[in-house]
Amino acid sequence: MKKSVFLGALTLAGLAAGTAMAQDSSTLAAVKERGVLKCGVNPGTPGFAAPDANGKFVGFDVDVCRAVAAAVLGDSEAVEYTPLTSAVRFTALASGEVDMLARNTTWTFSRDVDLKNTFVGVNYYDGQGFMVPKDLGVSSAKELGGATVCIETGTTTELNLADYFRVNNMEYEPVPVESFTEAQTQFLAGACDVYTTDASALAASRASFENPEGYVVLPEIISKEPLGPLVRHGDDNWGDIVRWSLNAMVAAEEYGVTSANAAELANGTENPEINRLLGVEGELGAMLGLDNAWALNILTQVGNYGESFEKNIGENTPVGLARGLNAQWTEGGLIYSPPFR
Amino acid sequence: MTTATNTPEDHGFRLSQLIYDTRYRSITIQVIAMLAFMLIAAFLIRNTIINLSALGKDIDFGFLFNRAAYDINQQIIPYTSDDPHWRATLVGLLNTLLIAVLGCILATIIGVIAGVLRLSKNWLTARIMTFYVESFRNIPVLLWILAFMAVLSEALPAPRAFRGEDPAASMWLWDSVAVTNRGTYIPAPVWGDGSLFVIITFLLSLLGIWAFGKYSQRRFETTGQILPNFWIKLAIFFVPSILVYFVMGRPITLSYPELKGFNFGGGLHMRNSMLALWLALSFYTGSFIAEIVRSGILAISKGQTEAAFALGLRPSRTMNLVILPQALRVIIPPLISQYLNLTKNSSLALAVGYMDLRSTLGGTTLNTTGRELECMLLMMLIYLIVSLLISSGMNVYNKSVRLKER
Repeated sequence: MKKSVFLGALTLAGLAAGTAMAQDSSTLAAVKERGVLKCGVNPGTPGFAAPDANGKFVGFDVDVCRAVAAAVLGDSEAVEYTPLTSAVRFTALASGEVDMLARNTTWTFSRDVDLKNTFVGVNYYDGQGFMVPKDLGVSSAKELGGATVCIETGTTTELNLADYFRVNNMEYEPVPVESFTEAQTQFLAGACDVYTTDASALAASRASFENPEGYVVLPEIISKEPLGPLVRHGDDNWGDIVRWSLNAMVAAEEYGVTSANAAELANGTENPEINRLLGVEGELGAMLGLDNAWALNILTQVGNYGESFEKNIGENTPVGLARGLNAQWTEGGLIYSPPFR
Repeated sequence: MTTATNTPEDHGFRLSQLIYDTRYRSITIQVIAMLAFMLIAAFLIRNTIINLSALGKDIDFGFLFNRAAYDINQQIIPYTSDDPHWRATLVGLLNTLLIAVLGCILATIIGVIAGVLRLSKNWLTARIMTFYVESFRNIPVLLWILAFMAVLSEALPAPRAFRGEDPAASMWLWDSVAVTNRGTYIPAPVWGDGSLFVIITFLLSLLGIWAFGKYSQRRFETTGQILPNFWIKLAIFFVPSILVYFVMGRPITLSYPELKGFNFGGGLHMRNSMLALWLALSFYTGSFIAEIVRSGILAISKGQTEAAFALGLRPSRTMNLVILPQALRVIIPPLISQYLNLTKNSSLALAVGYMDLRSTLGGTTLNTTGRELECMLLMMLIYLIVSLLISSGMNVYNKSVRLKER
C-alpha cells in the first residue's frame, strides 16, 4: 500500500516536471532538432493553400512555409502543415503548436501589438470585396442596402463590413458562417445574396464554382488587407529568418534570379547583391544562424516571388489574379525588399 | 468492529499504524489523495501564470467595455456595432437562453409523445418510435444540426423564387407564411393602443384557470363530483380575452411578410440557423427523454394499473391519476440532466451560424480582442451559472413530485 501510493505520487510529480519543461528554447533550435517545420495554413483556399489531388498542400501561402523550410532545413518538403480556422490561428501560434503562420492573415495594429505577434512582411496586398450572382442585377456595393451577407466570423472582414454598411447608412442581414467552404455552400444555395471576404479569396472561390460566369465581383474594395506571414513575439531571430526568407524570394525576382538559373548564378556573378543573396559573398546565412546556401535553397526548391505568384494564383491559373498592387516596386507595385547587405 | 478480541496492550501511536491500522488507513489515503490533487492544481495554475507572463500577456477583462464593432443578426435586446463587447455577450447569452427554453419545451413534448407511443400496442406505431429514438440518439448531435441546416438551406426556395409574374414558389396559409432558405417569415403582432388591456385580461384569465382548478379540486374532494374541467378552462382561456379585444376596437393587428428589396420584410423572421438548431436539439434530446419516459412508466408495477381498473377507472384516468404521478418521480431526475445537456449542446450553434454565447463572446469577441483565456473563463462561468440555475429550479419541482410520507 505504502509503496504503491508513493510510487503513484512520484509518477505524478515526474509527469508534472516533464510537462513543465519545453517552451523557452529557441524556435530555430527546436525546428532543427525536430527536422520538420510546423506551419499553420488555411484549410482550403484554392491558389493560396489547399490540398492538391494527392492531399499535399500547395499554394502561394504554402510556398512561404516551403521557403522557410528550405532555408532552415535545406528541404522545402520538410513541412508539417496544420490547417487552422481563422478562429484558432493565433492561439495555435501563441501556444507553440505551429512555428509560424502563413495563412492569409491581415496585418493590423492590435494583432501585431496586443496579440503579441510579429508580422514579418506582406506577401499579398489585398482588400475586401463583394461577390454577387449576376442575375441579382447589382453593379455597385452601394446598391446592397437590405441584402443578406455571408461572412466568416472572427475575421477583420466582419468588422469592415459592419463599418461599411453603417457609414453608408445601409441595412443588412449578416449570416455568420464558420469556414470558407461553408460560406460557399450557403452562397451557392442562395441563402445569402452577397459573399464578402478578401478580393483574392473571392476570385479563388469564384474559380472553383461550377459556373464562374454567373457571378461577379463588385468593383468596390472597402478595406486594406495586407496579408502576410507571422510568428509569435519573443524570438526575434526566428522572426528574422521568416522575414528574410520572404525577402529573398522578393529580391530574387527583382534581380532576375529564378529557380532555373539560381544554381548557375551561385557560381558567382558581377552583381554583388546577387552574390550576397546566394551566399557567394559575405556571411548572411551565418548571421541568421543558417547555412550560407539558405537563399539558394529557397530559390532552387521554391522559386522567386514572381514564379510562385504565376504558378499558384497568376493570370494563367484558375484563380486568375493580376499582379496589380503585388507587382515589383520597379513595375509600379508595392512589392519591395530591403537590400541584402 | 464485531471481531472484538482481547484488548491489545496500549503501545501508544506508532507511525506504521497509518498504513496497517484500518482506523487510520482511510484517513491516510484521503490526505495523500488531497495533497496530490492540490499539487496538480497548483502546478497547472502556476504553469499557466508563468506561460502567460512569458508571452507577455496579462489577464484583463477591460476589453468588455470596448466597442464590439461587429453586427449580430438575431437580437432580443437592441444592439448595434457601436455597443461594447459586454452587450454583445448579453445578446449572445439571451440567444442561448432562447434556444434552451424553446428546445427544452419542444424536446419534452416530443419525448413524452414518443416515449408513450413506444409502449403502444400498435405494432407500426411502436416500431416507428423505436426507429426515431434509435436513429437520433445514436448519431452525434452536431451532424443532426448540420443535416437540418443543409435541408433547410438547400431544399427550400430562395426569396428570389417568390418574385415575378409566375413565381416558382408561393407563400403558405393564405399568403401569410413565407418559407425560404433564409428562414421562415410568419405574421407578427402589432400592438396598437389599448392592447395592454387585452394582455392584462389574458393574464388574468390564466390566473382564473389556476383558481378554477383549485376550486374544482376542492369540490371534488368534498363532494366527489367532477366538473367538465377541460371545457370550462378552455372557455376561461378564450372568451374574456376575445371579448375585451373586440370591446377595445381590435387593437392588435398582424403585419404580414412581403417581398421588399432583396428579402422579405415585415412579419417575424425565424432564421434557418435558429430553426435548424432548435429542431435538431429538440429531436436529439427528445429521443433521450422518450427513453426516460418509457422507463418511468415501465417502472410502475402492473398491479397499479390492474388495481385502478378494478376500481373502475377509465384508461385515460388511470394514466393521469395513477401511473403518471408515480412515474414522474422516476422521470424527473434524469430529465434534469437532459435539460442541462440540451443547454450545453446549444453551444454547437456556431456550426450553423446562430449567434449564441459561444459565437459572440467565444467567437467574434475572442477573435477580435485575442483574449482567449478571459473569454473562455467568462464563458465557462456563465454556462456554469445557467446550468446551476436550471438544475436548482428543476430540483424544486422534483421535491414537489417526490413521494410524500404521511
